[in-house]
Amino acid sequence: MIPKSPISDKPMIEFRDVHKWYGDYHALRGISATIREGEFFSLLGPSGCGKTTLLRTIAGFEGISEGVVLVDGRDMADVPANKRPTNMVFQSYAIFPHLTVAENVAFGLRRQRLPKADLAQRVEEALTMVGLKGYGARAAHALSGGQRQRVALARALILKPKVLLLDEPLSALDKKMREQMQVELIRLQRQVGITFVLVTHDQEEALVMSDRIAVMFEGEIAQLSDAETLYRRPNSRRVAEFIGTMNFLPAEVVSETEHAVEVEAQGFGRLTVTPDQVADDADTGTAVGFRPEILTLLYEGQTAADREVSATVEEVVYYGDMTYYDVRIDGTEKPIRLSARNVFGRPVFDLGMRVRVGWSPGALILFR
Amino acid sequence: MKGGVFRIYTIGYLLFLYAPVVLLPIFAFNDGTVIAFPLQGFTTRWFTQMWSEPGLWPALKNSLIIAVSTAILSTVLGVLAARASTRYRFPGKAPVMGLIMLPLVLPEIIVAVSLLVVLLGIGIPLSIFTVILGHVLMTTPFAIAILTSAFQGLDRSLEEAAYDLGETPVSAFRLVILPLVMPGIISSMLISFTLSLDEFIIAFFLGGTQVTLPVYIFSQFRFPASVPVIMALGTILVALSVLLLTVAEYYRRRGIAKSGGKDTGGFL
Amino acid sequence: MARRAQGAEAEAKGGLLLIAPPAIYALLLLLAPLLLLVVYSFLTDGYLEIVRDFTFANYHEAWTNPLYRGVMLRSLIVSLLVTVATVLLAFPVAYFVSFHVEPSRKSTWLFLITIPFWTSYLIRVFLWKVILGYNGVLNAGLMKFGLISEPLTFLLYNTNSVVITLAHAYAPFAILPIFVALEKIDRSLLEASQDLGESRIVTFGRVTLPLAMPGVVAAVLIVFIPTIGDYVTPQLVGGPEGRMVANLIQLQYLRLDNYPLGSALAISAMGIVAVISAIFLLFTRRYLKGTK
Repeated sequence: MIPKSPISDKPMIEFRDVHKWYGDYHALRGISATIREGEFFSLLGPSGCGKTTLLRTIAGFEGISEGVVLVDGRDMADVPANKRPTNMVFQSYAIFPHLTVAENVAFGLRRQRLPKADLAQRVEEALTMVGLKGYGARAAHALSGGQRQRVALARALILKPKVLLLDEPLSALDKKMREQMQVELIRLQRQVGITFVLVTHDQEEALVMSDRIAVMFEGEIAQLSDAETLYRRPNSRRVAEFIGTMNFLPAEVVSETEHAVEVEAQGFGRLTVTPDQVADDADTGTAVGFRPEILTLLYEGQTAADREVSATVEEVVYYGDMTYYDVRIDGTEKPIRLSARNVFGRPVFDLGMRVRVGWSPGALILFR
Repeated sequence: MKGGVFRIYTIGYLLFLYAPVVLLPIFAFNDGTVIAFPLQGFTTRWFTQMWSEPGLWPALKNSLIIAVSTAILSTVLGVLAARASTRYRFPGKAPVMGLIMLPLVLPEIIVAVSLLVVLLGIGIPLSIFTVILGHVLMTTPFAIAILTSAFQGLDRSLEEAAYDLGETPVSAFRLVILPLVMPGIISSMLISFTLSLDEFIIAFFLGGTQVTLPVYIFSQFRFPASVPVIMALGTILVALSVLLLTVAEYYRRRGIAKSGGKDTGGFL
Repeated sequence: MARRAQGAEAEAKGGLLLIAPPAIYALLLLLAPLLLLVVYSFLTDGYLEIVRDFTFANYHEAWTNPLYRGVMLRSLIVSLLVTVATVLLAFPVAYFVSFHVEPSRKSTWLFLITIPFWTSYLIRVFLWKVILGYNGVLNAGLMKFGLISEPLTFLLYNTNSVVITLAHAYAPFAILPIFVALEKIDRSLLEASQDLGESRIVTFGRVTLPLAMPGVVAAVLIVFIPTIGDYVTPQLVGGPEGRMVANLIQLQYLRLDNYPLGSALAISAMGIVAVISAIFLLFTRRYLKGTK
């Protein structure tokens, strides 16, 4: 286990009001953000949100229409892709099919004109690092998806770039392989200590791997924060709905002071939240939002730690370790989803059963 | 056996296709000046007589010069056009590509007479060179068709990966794209070479006093006594092209196996 | 705004730079000569030189002189017959290779089909003369088996021999496009049709054939258009009554030195082909939607 080296405050990549137009299509709409040295940074968003375009502006494959992209303090405007201190792992891996594994890994070292022995040693080191020791002589096309991915990593990392760019690197792998590679990528990033920028549409992948995540919609960064903040305190309904599941109940603000906001929420009644639980989201009407796991299903004899309401079970989705219930709280129009860990000896609730649900105002978010 | 009726039909069709080709060696070794049954016995004299045919060797030399030049020029033009059409978007692409591909369906006689009018109009004397001009026009669409499929199969990110690893556009082309489309380039050269070597009309109209192999063969058909020698020549040409094609097919399949692709059809 | 268009402009520049050499080549040696051919067809043929007088006389001659009109009409009929025969005969072959041959052996079959076409075209045509002639292989064979008592005379030096020879010459140009179109058909569509209750034959008519139409249309055009201009086949096996328009054009250009009339004949033939092709495309366009 390699401990994570502390992320410095030194900026490695800076976007300053970056715009990108394709004809009339506005692909990037004023991106400003800073990625720090040694950080594992993710660009997360649905397809077409501009995340890959943004990554490609770092690599130099896409020019920008307005703004500035700095890498390691240097303006990249006139630096072509082949002169940038960044390397990329492509979505398709882009392993050269006419070369061997070793020739692929050594591809970028050609210009350094190293002695043969040094070259072979560095290639072997890089292959060892990604767990492909001894694969050098293999033909590239004979590799499995996971192995191609490793070759692509070794090929990029052997050049010791300041930034490694990963364009949906795990999307072509099956679920098991993907989970294994997630852990390996984290380990690799700790080992080499360089900045990783990952593009993904898989929110779970971003949460698992990243130090910080930028959630993008329609060419803009909607929220940039660490994984936990993103999950616990999404700053808009859109982000909340993209990351995991979020329930909403319509609400109205009754009164507001500097330290507290008093709200009348459908089903929950009168409650008070602190200002840091408030997300200003002009796009939608006022509502309280909460994750499925903050609600507790109360069994016979159990009492809620904080407050409780009565509800009816309308749908049961059994997952083995967990069960998801859609329940309708008395006095509300739409069912909400809650999750419960299945404990041995406790029955799963059935459709139509009346249940008591425990909740706590401290875990709610007020969107308004 | 799958496809019963269709298999029998296809085999029958192949007999139709092979009928003239099978006769060729039969008459080439037939000891008689008349090209008809019954056969007169075995001889190799038509092959030996071929060596002393006065017009044959200059015609062969002309044809080879024309075919090699045509193969190189049309493949170069084909690479440019195939790369432009698969990799770039530019104004006027459809009409320009349409014009370049037009000779694919245009009767050769039209290409021949229109070129003849222009060449004579501006006073360029007819020669091997003018035949090459016409042949390149005719074979370039075939080269483009072959090369386009080779370029289309390329993952765009392979090229980007080469830039990303420090190569310039020129060296990326040399190190990555060229090796990967090489089977297409070889196919294109072979096809252009063969088409040019066999082309008659354009060579007939634009060759002037320079005679190519097909023009020579055509002129010999007028003299029944020369025909057995032409049969011998044809036999050698078929044997050579089948050999060449088999070699090309072998390398094509090996190329596919090497890059891990799946064999889905011939190189046409 | 200037910077917005930069990427697209740079791309267009790269593309234009690459396409320039083949495009200029085609402009100078194809488009310009074709236009000049059109111009020539309206000029007057003088003794030893061409008179720069605008006239429709060449077209008048080409369309009213019974000799020229007859040859053009025959060329058209021959082309149509060849196209129908070639495409109909080729379809089952392409279907067999695409649907009944193991994927790994398809290229071997295609190879077998294309080999005969690497024989010199001239020699192939000549050999058809040998096969179809009065003392030819076919007559000799039929007589030997007692099927006929006298050689058949309708085989050579007429339209029949021209059609047979051209149907042979253009076989791969018909088989390959149809094969490619058949290969593209998703096999699960055929299963879906049968799953929905259609028999194999009806499935062929309702699914396979419509989806193969782009290949059939390509095959028709690629056979029809060039055959009308074929010179060698009518010259060698056509005899006097098998002459086609290319032989006339050659005659006007290389023997009679009448370039304007030759040009008018060439343009007329191309015009007829273009009109028929356009009508054909109009009738088949509903099958071509969604394809290139």
